[in-house]
Amino acid sequence: METIWFIAVAFMIAMYVLLDGFDLGAGAIHLAAAKNDRERRTIIRAIGPVWDGNEVWLIAAGGTLFFAFPLLYASSFSGFYLPLIIVLWLLMIRGLAVELRGHLENPLWASFWDAAFFFGSSLLIVFYGAALGNVVRGVPLNADGYFFQPLWTDFSPFSEEPGILDWYTVLIGLLAFTTLTAHGANWIALKTENALNARSRRISLAFSLATAALTLVATPATFWVSPWMLEGFLERPYGLVLPLLALAGLAGMILLPLSGRDRPAFFASGAYVLGMLGSTAFAVYPRVLPAVDPQNSLTIQNAASSDYSQAVGLAWWSIGMVLAAVYFVLIYRLFRGKVNLEDEGY
Amino acid sequence: MEDALLVSRLQFAFTVTYHYLFPMFTMGLALLVFVLKTIYMRTGNDLYNESARFWGRIFAISFVMGVVTGIPLEFQFGTNWAAFSAFTGDIIAQTLAMEGAFAFFLESAFVGLFLFGERRFGQRVHWFSSLMVFLGTWGSGYFIITTNAWMQNPVGYRVLENGNIELNDYWAVLLNPWMVWQFLHNMGGAVVCAAFVMAGLGAFYLLSERDHGYARIFLKVGVVSGVLASLWMLFPTGHFHSEMVAEEQPATLAAMEGLFETEQPAGIVILGQPDVENRTIDNPLVVPRALSFLIYQNWNAEVKGLEAFPEENWPDNIPLLYYSYHVMVGLGTIFIAVMVLAAFLLWRGRLYGSRWMLWVLMLAIPFPFIANTAGWLTAELGRQPWLAYGLFRTEEGVSPLISSGSVLFTLIGFAGMYLIMGLLYIVLMVREVSHGPQAEGEPQEEPGGVTA
Repeated sequence: METIWFIAVAFMIAMYVLLDGFDLGAGAIHLAAAKNDRERRTIIRAIGPVWDGNEVWLIAAGGTLFFAFPLLYASSFSGFYLPLIIVLWLLMIRGLAVELRGHLENPLWASFWDAAFFFGSSLLIVFYGAALGNVVRGVPLNADGYFFQPLWTDFSPFSEEPGILDWYTVLIGLLAFTTLTAHGANWIALKTENALNARSRRISLAFSLATAALTLVATPATFWVSPWMLEGFLERPYGLVLPLLALAGLAGMILLPLSGRDRPAFFASGAYVLGMLGSTAFAVYPRVLPAVDPQNSLTIQNAASSDYSQAVGLAWWSIGMVLAAVYFVLIYRLFRGKVNLEDEGY
Repeated sequence: MEDALLVSRLQFAFTVTYHYLFPMFTMGLALLVFVLKTIYMRTGNDLYNESARFWGRIFAISFVMGVVTGIPLEFQFGTNWAAFSAFTGDIIAQTLAMEGAFAFFLESAFVGLFLFGERRFGQRVHWFSSLMVFLGTWGSGYFIITTNAWMQNPVGYRVLENGNIELNDYWAVLLNPWMVWQFLHNMGGAVVCAAFVMAGLGAFYLLSERDHGYARIFLKVGVVSGVLASLWMLFPTGHFHSEMVAEEQPATLAAMEGLFETEQPAGIVILGQPDVENRTIDNPLVVPRALSFLIYQNWNAEVKGLEAFPEENWPDNIPLLYYSYHVMVGLGTIFIAVMVLAAFLLWRGRLYGSRWMLWVLMLAIPFPFIANTAGWLTAELGRQPWLAYGLFRTEEGVSPLISSGSVLFTLIGFAGMYLIMGLLYIVLMVREVSHGPQAEGEPQEEPGGVTA
């Protein structure tokens, strides 16, 4: 049962990264890809009807995490206190930027929110990557299951007391940045035409190459900071399908963008995201928050809610997910096709 | 830790109070927009459709503010109240997660469709979206109130050997009797809010001699829903909600009413200032026997005062609780008077020409927000000193390893961001209101030239 919930939470987080990932990526490239107000509005319009729904996955994943693993929620949310609150502020700034930019026809107003949109989106991606880096590296949990870590210390690889941001987690943050930027560029290419489309494809290729380079660095670095990450794959080799999915996605990310096949390119970056996140989740399992001192690690067993609670939850959660899938298919179908600025909206 | 507790409480109070200003308005407005859209579907009168669109735009801006200020609340359970989250996660996380899985997805899917899908997908889809937006926002309200109701009146759990608790009756939590009256009372308050804003804006347009056709619709829909909703707040919801408080949280009721000594029969204090040190009310204005009757339907019933309860279980801010409650009830009474009068004038066909009544309606706009906030404060201060009433005390709930300095830093950050957001919201509202409900590009109507 705990394993089902581990998969459920991992699935929701992956959905969040996959979906909000492209609109965050769109925010990160939108100043570089769009050269005038019309093109910028086109980019905002390309994510306008869906970004809010994409973000709901974060809230729903947070709620499900709290529900399925209350101790993990209490421990990680209080332990990552400052970075989480900063993430909140960035989410707010960015949400306001998307929603408010179109409300006043004033170039200063638009420029201000463009900058806020870029700033919020980019930093969020780096923070999410760094958060994943922290989970992989392990945190200094005490015997009660709580920890406190400073935001940063000295960034040294040999530091006794690494901060939440250190060389490794920032590296993962950068990898997340190049990955989701390419993912977002693929989405924009899919939704636009002409100059904007061509520019997005070039950006996608550039960031895909950077992603490949960073993957080459980050993979050995991960096994260096957390050697136990290999165990899962050695014990259960069928899990290797996940890194292979990531590799296939990476190949597609590099080969597809310039050939004009925007949809396959978007799916390729999606596959890379899923493959990487899936591999991480697979390697971390059955832990949910690894500790520096392995005894104190939170696992699916010691962090879970009661059996009854989990069983009841499964019933409504399944119904909720089916409904969510219906809404998403509906909304994405209704707003499919290239962006048309003549329609009402944003 | 003392300081961290205090600052964490301040932070939660500040963020939740600010957040609640928006949903109390949008939950009510979602219903009124659905009503406007439904009237249009039945009558084909374009003015109603334009009105639904106009209030849809107002809804959209307020909804974004509500969403943006709501995300921190879910996070704060973990960041600032980790011990509480670990203790009660088995239960309250159920309802919080259900809000995410049901209401949020529903809202996010249909708000966008309602705002941008009308031309593309036609009137029936548009009407249906307005219904779904209404159900989504009220569903959100239900799950949040259910969570709060569990904290007010814990049910459906059992205590384990190690002192922790776990869920053992799921339906008891979802159908908590406390929730029923709290939910109905809250939603009524939301409708009061939206009704006063709608009627007040209609009054503003009439007084400024513009958009007459729309103004009359706003007044009509606002006053009719306003009179129903403000009466609903008194009876049955207000009445039965306070009976619930008397039954489950008698110390809270005593503090709300400023009743320090047990009295038989007990009167209601209409005005007066609580003096906690000397355990009296200064300058009291009392209706004798009224409290006994309202709670027990018996003019001679005994009502327990605060002295009947151990002092460590008294709410920790009795004056603020007392004033919040009295502001809520006092304003609620005034709302009934205003709306009944306005409805009478509407029925006699004199409302649109009655300048003084229009002035009253216009100036009344802020007061339902004050009353709802006071109501929420009453509920939350009344629950003190417990996070889960009778089960888990507030001082035990705070995150163990976070310094008060960190919490203060984030509190200041939230205050700064919310200040800027409030200013932006006002700018956008003023702009929408001064632009008016007219569709863009249409010729301005002549004053008084359009029939309602």
